Amino acid sequence: MLRTETYTMNFGPQHPATHGVFQVVLTLDGEKIVKAEPVCGYLHRGIEKLAESRTYQQVIPYTDRMDYLASMLQNWGYVMAVEKLMGLEVPERAEYLRVISGELSRLASHVLATGVYALDVGGFTGFLLCFRERERMMDLLEELTGSRMTFSYARFGGVADDAPEGWLEKLDKLMDDMPGYIDEYDGLITGNEIFQARTKHVGGLSPETAIDYSLSGPVLRGSGINYDLRKAKPYSIYDRFDFEVPVGKNGDCFDRYFCRVREMRQSVRIIKQAIEQIKEIDGPIKGKVPKVLKPPKGDAYAEIESSKGILGFYVVSDGTNKPHRVHVRRPSFINLGYLDEMSRGWLIADLVAILGSIDIVLGEVDC
Amino acid sequence: MEKKLSEIISELKEKFPQIKTSEETISVSTEDLLGLMQELKNSFGFNYLTNLTAADYPADAKGKGDGDEAEDDGEMEIVYNLTSVYEKLYLTVKARVSRKNPEIPSVFPVWGGANWQEREVYDLFGIVFTGHPNLKRILLTDNFEGYPLRKDYQWVGGRK
Repeated sequence: MLRTETYTMNFGPQHPATHGVFQVVLTLDGEKIVKAEPVCGYLHRGIEKLAESRTYQQVIPYTDRMDYLASMLQNWGYVMAVEKLMGLEVPERAEYLRVISGELSRLASHVLATGVYALDVGGFTGFLLCFRERERMMDLLEELTGSRMTFSYARFGGVADDAPEGWLEKLDKLMDDMPGYIDEYDGLITGNEIFQARTKHVGGLSPETAIDYSLSGPVLRGSGINYDLRKAKPYSIYDRFDFEVPVGKNGDCFDRYFCRVREMRQSVRIIKQAIEQIKEIDGPIKGKVPKVLKPPKGDAYAEIESSKGILGFYVVSDGTNKPHRVHVRRPSFINLGYLDEMSRGWLIADLVAILGSIDIVLGEVDC
Repeated sequence: MEKKLSEIISELKEKFPQIKTSEETISVSTEDLLGLMQELKNSFGFNYLTNLTAADYPADAKGKGDGDEAEDDGEMEIVYNLTSVYEKLYLTVKARVSRKNPEIPSVFPVWGGANWQEREVYDLFGIVFTGHPNLKRILLTDNFEGYPLRKDYQWVGGRK
């Protein structure tokens, strides 16, 4: 037997496969990973601290800058926590607009995750293909909010604006086309032999570990746990829609990826139903909310199902117009916490596949 | 073992007479914390630590001014949001530590998910989780001074 020695190597912080500025200090035995120590914080801006010196309304744009791929859901999570703190009611039409824009944001995030994952494991065509649809979604979101990424669309007790004339019809048209697009991903990426060889039975995660390590979103559901907050604890108006929660079997990279693809189909279903139902509902898009917001003393924790997993906001009020404390339970951050154990024993090339399958956004990890 | 949250809380109250309870929240002392958490996980199915964070409550924020302020510096509160994934139950546990000596047992032996979340709280609040296997800074650099999320933290610059 040859005597081998371990050595350390930096993966990142400047590396395209880390999806941002993120470093993993690898201890390697040949090409095999002995230890992978994640080093995050390169993008830490102290958003939680900044929030303490801003008014409640001024915090909304900061939430955009965390998970900038699904900003709509970040806004939603924050306003939901403050609404819970104040006991605000949200008008029905606003709830529908939140669901529609939120699911569209989830779709955009999942489409990007799918495309980038194809790129991670070496399929450039899948990457370009996914950006084709993402562009249509971005255009629609821009038309609704005036911005392509940092929407700040949610308001306390409602949303900023109603959908413009003809917007819902355009969205309906896109939703008609989506299943065809998703079929194309299934054909080009999911069914690809090389893609499957790179992802199947790689980075397996047992359901017990996934729960123990507080993992959430497609990472948890890929391991076969049927836990989606939209079903488990239906917030907003999610109990009005008919949809399924896709789960995986083996908990490997492929299952995590495939959960996302199947979730896209469910999002399309939800949006279709919401467009149908919102036609019947007329009314205000914003409840009666005081201009100067001073929530009563106390704290509230609210959570929603973001595209990456459970997104929770913990808000403490001291009775003034600025929050005493805002904490964000970021799904990317907590999902990333298990990277070390998950990648031990695999090769460097597998690490790229494993990291990609968690689908992290560094803006959210570092906050 | 289908149980309502109110039943669980009253059962816990018998085992841990020291705890204070409300509808969905339990306040516990640091001594009882680990025992209570183990009980919650093993007997009541709270298998998922959704969220772990802290908040700073310095004494002067409460309008306290007279007497020995050196004695009472205020407290920090650690908040645990627990979930029972299978039973769909949700519970909040709170524990307070003094700002002078912020030490609390780590719940990492109970839930692995506490690993990074406790490191984050340690990083930003300086609360020491005893028994944590790898308690070091996570977002800030290792040589960073001070704990920025404490209310008395002063930073140079910044917007008024």
